[in-house]
Amino acid sequence: MSNELLNIKDLYVNVGEKEILKGVNLKINKGEVHVIMGPNGSGKSTTANAILNNPAYTKVSGKIMFENTDITNLKTDEIARKGIFMSFQLPEEIPGITVSNFLRYAKNKITEKPVKVFEFKSELQKHMEELQMKPEYSERYLNVGFSGGEKKKNEILQMLVLNPKLAILDETDSGLDVDSINIVSKGIEMFKNSNNAVLIITHNTKILHSLKVDYVHVLVNGKIVKTGSQELASEIEENGYKSFK
Amino acid sequence: MKTKLDEINRNIYDIKNKDDYDFKIKKGLTPEIIEEISKQKNDPDWMRNFRLKALETYNKLPMPTWGPDLSELNMDEIATYVRPKTKMTGNWEDVPEDIKNTFDKLGIPEAEKKSLAGVGAQYDSEVVYHSMKEELLSQGVIYTDMETAVREYPDIVKEHFMKCVPVTDHKFVALHGAVWSGGSFVYVPKNVKVDIPLQSYFRLNSPESGQFEHTLIIVDEGASLHFIEGCSAPKYNKVNLHAGCVELYVKDGAYLRYSTIENWSKNMLNLNTKRAIIGKNAQVDWVSGSFGSKISMLYPMSILNGEGARTEYTGISFAGKGQNLDTGFKVIHNNKNTSSLVNSKSISKNGGTATYRALVRINENAKGAKCNVSCESLMLDDISRSDTIPVNDIRTDDVEFSHEAKIGKISDKSIFYLMSRGLSEEDAKAMIVRGFADPISKELPIEYAAEMNNLINLELQGSIG
Repeated sequence: MSNELLNIKDLYVNVGEKEILKGVNLKINKGEVHVIMGPNGSGKSTTANAILNNPAYTKVSGKIMFENTDITNLKTDEIARKGIFMSFQLPEEIPGITVSNFLRYAKNKITEKPVKVFEFKSELQKHMEELQMKPEYSERYLNVGFSGGEKKKNEILQMLVLNPKLAILDETDSGLDVDSINIVSKGIEMFKNSNNAVLIITHNTKILHSLKVDYVHVLVNGKIVKTGSQELASEIEENGYKSFK
Repeated sequence: MKTKLDEINRNIYDIKNKDDYDFKIKKGLTPEIIEEISKQKNDPDWMRNFRLKALETYNKLPMPTWGPDLSELNMDEIATYVRPKTKMTGNWEDVPEDIKNTFDKLGIPEAEKKSLAGVGAQYDSEVVYHSMKEELLSQGVIYTDMETAVREYPDIVKEHFMKCVPVTDHKFVALHGAVWSGGSFVYVPKNVKVDIPLQSYFRLNSPESGQFEHTLIIVDEGASLHFIEGCSAPKYNKVNLHAGCVELYVKDGAYLRYSTIENWSKNMLNLNTKRAIIGKNAQVDWVSGSFGSKISMLYPMSILNGEGARTEYTGISFAGKGQNLDTGFKVIHNNKNTSSLVNSKSISKNGGTATYRALVRINENAKGAKCNVSCESLMLDDISRSDTIPVNDIRTDDVEFSHEAKIGKISDKSIFYLMSRGLSEEDAKAMIVRGFADPISKELPIEYAAEMNNLINLELQGSIG
């Protein structure tokens, strides 16, 4: 059986009239942790949104395969149910539904079978402890009035509960203090195994200090211009993106 | 791809019983017809004369020149009085089978057992069931149908009936004065706290007819009450009319919470008038959910007459295809340190129109008055409409007044966020709408909050592709 999870083939994406991705190729296998780095506006978040088929982004050409199935034009919820998760840079506030009820509802949708209440609650509680989230957050409305850090932790909590095959973390580390970054990295460490994969999107290297990654891709002006190992991140940390054109 | 189901299945609400009445007045509006209604109802003379005068007023008053178009209403096609084949009873077993079944399905007898201190149930023009817990009776609380009140408490009724809402107020109040039938009368004596709600439910079954119930509530000094009103009707192809009238007298230091959930069928013109006169340090809280009807013109009003009187209005309306819901709140500040708080929300979809129309008047003598208004509208698509038409008439400087209005569309970002967690677009939208409505549903009695969520789910089913 193939180890391949995600395979992006020559993807061109526009936002409005503007060309953002100009031929992105990216292959992610099970058991791998990938990082896409790049300056602001290079197309990092666009890549994440395009994978989830956000209707605000227009795919001009190219293909996205997931476990050898073409998911390029599937609806976002169908893609989620195939096992792709995205941690948002700016998670939305949804009043009227608690974190706990929302996650149970979402888990039902993802697994397409009823989730046992007691098992779910204890799993949720366990993950919240791991992420050092106060238990009362599970009974608060989804992200409503959460601080930036709490929202990001809540994204990682959702990742752990929904347990996708591929987790895309879009700028999950941005705006976090060192302690929070360490908790988020710990969450990622707990999540990853030989059957899933992680794609981290970031413009800084802080999170990579506490996390082991397999591949670093440098995205500049809508194209991956270089792929390397963790050392590439250190190089960027020292010299910035100037040398990548 | 869009799949549109415009006619949603309203389940229990649409169960039609045979139009099997004891007496149905002929259609139209003439002095003879009014005389006949009066005779059928065994009115005392003063009431018969009141009706005839109200008819004269009706004939003189113009149709409203603003708001939704009422041109399809033809009073010559409406029967204003339909008496069901039963007498009022205090025992559900005595209610005829088909009528009882309807109320069973609406959950009224069950709610009575579980969570209510008293129940009234009106079917077409007459109240068919009325009962109240023994202990309230012994505390001197009166809860009965309006006809019994006219007969047994003539002095209180004469003193209050259509004094808070005079027949000259507008055309449909005059109509109400001429043809009113049914409704509830409540009197809570001084300092009596009624902790468990009373509920009246109004069901209009008969096609091409009208319902004109009159609700008169007096909460005496220091007393308190929660009153719940529910209404529904099955759908017919021709217009039905509802022009009820609610008069609330809340005396010094008293408290009244008045909750309504209205789910009229979409052939109903709902032209209802509700008003409260509020005494010193007294408070009236309105909670209102409007889902049904083809056209609604509904603007409950609080008149803050006593010093330190307070009122809150929490309302939501949901306008779907072919619906024009013109609702809002009016408040008159007539005394020092009076305060009002308004929280209104509306949702429109599938071409529906939701309008918030409101009046705030703070008179010269209302020094130290406070008024905060917040209204939010959510449009679920590009073909729906939402308007906010507030009139603020403030005649003194010594006030604290704020008005906040937000009209928005459902956020694509929120939909995407929820879909990325495996929710379909339909589920995502329903979740966002429920969240938008949540501050209102929290104010509703729990059964009604559940009903409101069901209605939102029903309304959103199949309408999103």
